[in-house]
Amino acid sequence: MPLTLADTLPTDSTEREYLWTLNFGPQHPATHTTLRLVLTLDGERVVDAVPYIGYLHSGFEKLGEHLDFNQYVTIVDRMNYVSPLANEIAWHHAVEKLLGIELTPRCVYLRTILAELMRLHDHLLNVGTTALDLGAFTAFLYGFEQREKIYDIVEFASGQRFHTSYTRVGGVLLDVNDEWISRVRKFLKEFPPTYREIDKLLTRNRIFIDRTKGIGVLTREDAVNFGATGPIARASGVVRDLRKDEPYLAYADLDFQVICSTGGDCYARYLCRMREMGESLKIIEQALENLPSGPVNVESVSDVVLPAKPPVYRSIEGLIQHFEVLMPNRGYDVPHEEIYAATESPNGELGFYIAGDGTTRAYRARTRPPSYVHFGLFPHIIRGYQLSDVVAVLGSINIIAAELDR
Amino acid sequence: MLELATLQDRFGSEITESTFRDNRRIVVPLARIYAVLEFLHRGGFDMLAEMTAVDYLEYEGATDRFGLVYVLVNTTTGERLILRTHLSPPELEVPSAYPLWKSADWLEREIYDMFGIVFTGHPDLRRILMPEEFTAFPLRKDYPLKGRGERHNFPVITRAES
Repeated sequence: MPLTLADTLPTDSTEREYLWTLNFGPQHPATHTTLRLVLTLDGERVVDAVPYIGYLHSGFEKLGEHLDFNQYVTIVDRMNYVSPLANEIAWHHAVEKLLGIELTPRCVYLRTILAELMRLHDHLLNVGTTALDLGAFTAFLYGFEQREKIYDIVEFASGQRFHTSYTRVGGVLLDVNDEWISRVRKFLKEFPPTYREIDKLLTRNRIFIDRTKGIGVLTREDAVNFGATGPIARASGVVRDLRKDEPYLAYADLDFQVICSTGGDCYARYLCRMREMGESLKIIEQALENLPSGPVNVESVSDVVLPAKPPVYRSIEGLIQHFEVLMPNRGYDVPHEEIYAATESPNGELGFYIAGDGTTRAYRARTRPPSYVHFGLFPHIIRGYQLSDVVAVLGSINIIAAELDR
Repeated sequence: MLELATLQDRFGSEITESTFRDNRRIVVPLARIYAVLEFLHRGGFDMLAEMTAVDYLEYEGATDRFGLVYVLVNTTTGERLILRTHLSPPELEVPSAYPLWKSADWLEREIYDMFGIVFTGHPDLRRILMPEEFTAFPLRKDYPLKGRGERHNFPVITRAES
């Protein structure tokens, strides 16, 4: 429990001279990325924390107004670089909603598998680094071994390990083959033992529990009021998961549970992420079993979707179609409308607000990054705890600074 | 589900509604925005999921310069509502939604930083992503993509000078 002594102290500035200020970041091993906190401390107790962000601000939203819907995907996957494909799926989910494109069943299931692989990807890193910051190195390495395998799977599909730029308007870059499917199957077999090992290392670890249980408590009311989403909100008892509430992709057809907890502390967030990984495995298994055959790209709206590479290189019709989509003076019709579309990214609600003005570029491409909203509530949940709890709370709310600053 | 007629009875008939795909949008005049937000907050919309602005300077058929977008969520029923209002210079002032939803704190700071819309009643309206010394509002349409030379003219302090 946090001590309340700091709250009862007189607020007059001369009376608070014993408080000291600590600069945390922008370069600090526990921030993992570039963010800065100015902490006001009473001994080791945090009286206040003021975040200063913007160190990685690179004007992504401005760029989004100058790149077309397919080009901007290369920028989008640099936002949350821990789960890049989740961003791409969210971006093209919004674009396709604006254009009114219905994806092919194969693409829907393929994107679902990739989105859930990214959830594993993100949660593995988060669980690992949270433990790493608290002094437990092993779980981090176990997690990274599995992340490496996910990288291999993603590389096999897209040719890129990290910034895949895999999705396209109305489909994906390349279809996957049977070899890819068997690789995912192999991963599904190999993952559970590692998962159990991480679970054994941390879940009942006395030191880990002492460092996380009852730390950084976020009540249900505050979680909703501060706009928390994803595992952070669910760990506080908010039963909300966009995969269930506003089903997109293939989630309506698949059987999985929404993992919630009422603890609201760092330990509950850790538990939620761990259990969510189990649900993700279930989703991938089901989607893989039911992966439909057929084309992966939408063919009915051929003026929007890029043609496959073989016809582009081998036939004049394919080349013309390719040019029709890409040439700046050609393009396709985009409604004069605005749309907000959100997906459940590993970190929470990742939404895009797109204003279309008839051209193939977004008039406004706003990102609703979960990290930004979550970091806004950080000062609220750290007040009253110890200095050493800062890293535990920072780890548990999973701030990705590239997404935070965009 | 919230009926449009309820809002129109209370806040006047200028309130309009439109639907695009699954987005339900309600456009509210600027003078009424806080009252409507407060009414919706009391009516169960307990989460402000997203808040953003759009600069309509070059937008075909737009009459106002800026549009302000609130995405509200009722976490009990899962209902999502998009609230929009419009404003034009020189009066770029909107009452802050911070008293109702704490998440408005940083979302409004970002809109202020990027568009220069001032939120009255906000407890700490400072720039958030851009440096404090920055004078322009980068997401406005009249701000060029490559900037106005801020990066090139940035004062560099050498080791000898420091």
